[in-house]
Amino acid sequence: MAMAQLSHLRALEAESIHILREVAAQFAKPVLLYSIGKDSSVLLHLSRKAFHPGRLPFPLLHIDTTYEYPELIEFRDRFVAEIGARLLVYTNTAAIEQGANPYDLGTAKCCGLLRTRALVEGLKHYGFDAALGGARRDEERSRAKERVFSFRDRQGQWDPKNQRPELWNLFNGRVDPGESIRVFPLSNWTEFDVWQYINLENIALAPLYFARPRTVVVRGETLIPVEQNVKLLPGEQPQQIMCRMRSLGCTPCSGAIRSDADTVPKIIAELFSFRRSERENRIIDHDQDGSMELKKREGYF
Amino acid sequence: MAAIAQPQTLSLSHFELQPGEKSILRFSTAGSVDDGKSTLIGRLLFDSRGAFDDQIEAVRKSPINRSSGAIDFSLLTDGLRAEREQGITIDVAYRYFSTSRRKFIIADTPGHEQYTRNMATGASTADAAVILVDARKGVLPQSRRHASISALLGIRHLIIAVNKMDLAGYSRSVFDAIRRDFEALSPALRHPWLTFIPVSALEGDNVVERSPRMAWYQGPALLEFLENLDVDSSQSDLPARFPVQYVIRPHLDFRGFAGQLASGWLATGDRVVALPSGHTSRIKEIVTFDGHVDRAFAPMSVTVTLEDEIDISRGDVLTHVNAVPELGRRVEATLVWMSAADLETGKTYLLRHGPNEVPARVTEVINRLDVDTLTRRPAGALRLNDIGLASLEFARPVAFDCYHDNRRTGAFVLVDPLTNLTLAAGMIERRLEAQRRRPTASFIADRVTPPERTEHFGHTAAVVTLASRPNLLEPLERMLFELGAHVVVMRQPVSPLNALLEAGLLVLTPLRVPGALSAGSLQLPDDSEAACKEILEYLRGEGILRTRSEYDAGEGI
Ligand SMILES: Nc1nc2c(ncn2[C@@H]2O[C@H](COP(=O)(O)OP(=O)(O)O)[C@@H](O)[C@H]2O)c(=O)[nH]1
Repeated sequence: MAMAQLSHLRALEAESIHILREVAAQFAKPVLLYSIGKDSSVLLHLSRKAFHPGRLPFPLLHIDTTYEYPELIEFRDRFVAEIGARLLVYTNTAAIEQGANPYDLGTAKCCGLLRTRALVEGLKHYGFDAALGGARRDEERSRAKERVFSFRDRQGQWDPKNQRPELWNLFNGRVDPGESIRVFPLSNWTEFDVWQYINLENIALAPLYFARPRTVVVRGETLIPVEQNVKLLPGEQPQQIMCRMRSLGCTPCSGAIRSDADTVPKIIAELFSFRRSERENRIIDHDQDGSMELKKREGYF
Repeated sequence: MAAIAQPQTLSLSHFELQPGEKSILRFSTAGSVDDGKSTLIGRLLFDSRGAFDDQIEAVRKSPINRSSGAIDFSLLTDGLRAEREQGITIDVAYRYFSTSRRKFIIADTPGHEQYTRNMATGASTADAAVILVDARKGVLPQSRRHASISALLGIRHLIIAVNKMDLAGYSRSVFDAIRRDFEALSPALRHPWLTFIPVSALEGDNVVERSPRMAWYQGPALLEFLENLDVDSSQSDLPARFPVQYVIRPHLDFRGFAGQLASGWLATGDRVVALPSGHTSRIKEIVTFDGHVDRAFAPMSVTVTLEDEIDISRGDVLTHVNAVPELGRRVEATLVWMSAADLETGKTYLLRHGPNEVPARVTEVINRLDVDTLTRRPAGALRLNDIGLASLEFARPVAFDCYHDNRRTGAFVLVDPLTNLTLAAGMIERRLEAQRRRPTASFIADRVTPPERTEHFGHTAAVVTLASRPNLLEPLERMLFELGAHVVVMRQPVSPLNALLEAGLLVLTPLRVPGALSAGSLQLPDDSEAACKEILEYLRGEGILRTRSEYDAGEGI
């Protein structure tokens, strides 16, 4: 029969589904890390496609820092119930009991405890041997070299200098007890691809992504929505601004941008007109240059 | 037809590339240090807006600027902290950008240290390779290596970007000389398509737009060329190969085989065979989350159901019955050795071939490729970053194609079962005949599969009835026998055992059968291999098992 080609979104979809099925087949106890953000929403959607008409062969794990936006948690619970998935929630309660919070510790340290540590501990707690994440190689320079199947040692650490060769579409998921693999099925997607796919497939997203008037304070170039656990700095005045979030983090540490894009097509149009990489508004990345790489060595996604 | 409501059938246009949509092109880049690879990629990302404003801003503010321009594009692509500090890149990095026509995935491979391993990795998924040559330096041994590894990994389109033309006075004769040097290599590279483009990554000449400074060059700019490149490696016009990755069984009425088409097309109603198990059936449905489709093509990920309840599991390959792949336990393959631990012949490795995982051994290293001279020299072993030809033996028959015919089903990796590390990449060159006369080097206690029987006999099992022309029975039997077929005429219904014996077969059974030779009464050692060998001796002694030469002598005049 004739030569045929897939559109780029269908080709990416087919590749990601292949990766997801490899995970289900190669590992004894995989899990999907569900952050409720747009990337993990796409990942979840692709997982439903990969195993249709069967059920998801793995549960979802949400690392809850307790500083999450309430509307995010609401969205999470509603959506997970709707699709009949199994959700696990893990929190580094020990750190929180000892008073970990972003105001006293600073963003880097707080994230280290409530996200990075919590993730490594959560995976260990349940004994997962593979963790699926929605990270993409275009997000940050250090990710450009990461494998689709990325090995983590017993401490949950990534060694960028010593990665397994990965050729063709052959993935090596063999691990010894205690070791694990982080799997990134969206490796080859860009932020544009993700948004275009969300549009094509009509994927439900948390309302935080869409513009509406929100009460915020202006901090430097970032807008911080005023939520119950946001502490204002001296001289800061809350005001109503039309804005949306480009990526979702904790309430005190993820900023919004001025925007009136209240639909997916408007967001795509906006992305074309100005281009700032999405993590710029997550304060954690700018603590140190190359800080994402440091976090990853320690186990953060 | 059926009264049950069928799920909606989707049009294939749901998946297929439509006018106005983008396709994907994957290409690798290679060059020696300082040829300007990072600058070239940085410029492609910058000009096509594949880099973000804030990343560009960070680079603009960077204290490091090795270029003479306002911004050092090469910093856009440098990855890890340690590498940035040392000013080098040591691992394959993937970059993304797109134009209105295509999404591009660049596998950016460093051209020095570990180049073989990295280049092979980058090239494995690439449709095209862009190789940088510094106009002032000309074709270096490095350039030759890059071209040769790209060709070895099956990349058909090689684009030689002759860079730094600004430093060579945009001179046509410089460009032509490099082109001639390179073309002299081409026969050794299995005739990939070679395209030469004179560029200046720094100044932007012929990168995105054609340059007015080289009016003598009539061809397209690099990006223009990549946008229009016809990707003839498209897997969809090859024979159908559907490796089963996962069995989906939500309830008793549904048993779906999930996988990604490695090549070709499948349609409902097609007669397919599952290899190596050898079971045949027809495709009942092709299921996707979005709806059923009548047909699917590579590289779609789908789930198929079959008309018959046959036993298929992960690692089986579904193919059309009239276009089957090779099936065998022995192959000759090119290996790219990627581990610090040397290859050890005879050691058990794991072959990962599609979703299939099979124990395998390298029985012999035949030669090693010298990538500088493109010649092959006899060799006994392979080390890190060596490329060589070897023969391998698998513990079970594997369905495969030669890499040259099919890059998906001809490729494999070898994994160390103890350290779990990926040791080597392999490309199958050809199937080696089963060595029937020599006893196999290793003892493999697996049962004989139907495909192995087919390979051995030269035909599958079948009953042919000649009810209307019974007088053809003997002549046809003779004709098939002369062809080497194991054929027998059955005039009357016979007991199954008699039928097998009449066919001249050796029958092994756990049952007690009157008149059977009882190997069980022998004093047999515990070890299976030794016990089997003893039984062979016994059968030879009984005159049942004959060597070919005895057989030939006995039958000779
Ligand atoms: N004059 C000139 N210099 C270039 C050109 N391309 C790259 N360079 C310079 O050559 C040096 C090495 O370039 P870089 O991109 O880092 O090389 P890489 O090692 O191949 O990645 C840098 O100083 C670049 O600015 C070019 O087309 N013309």
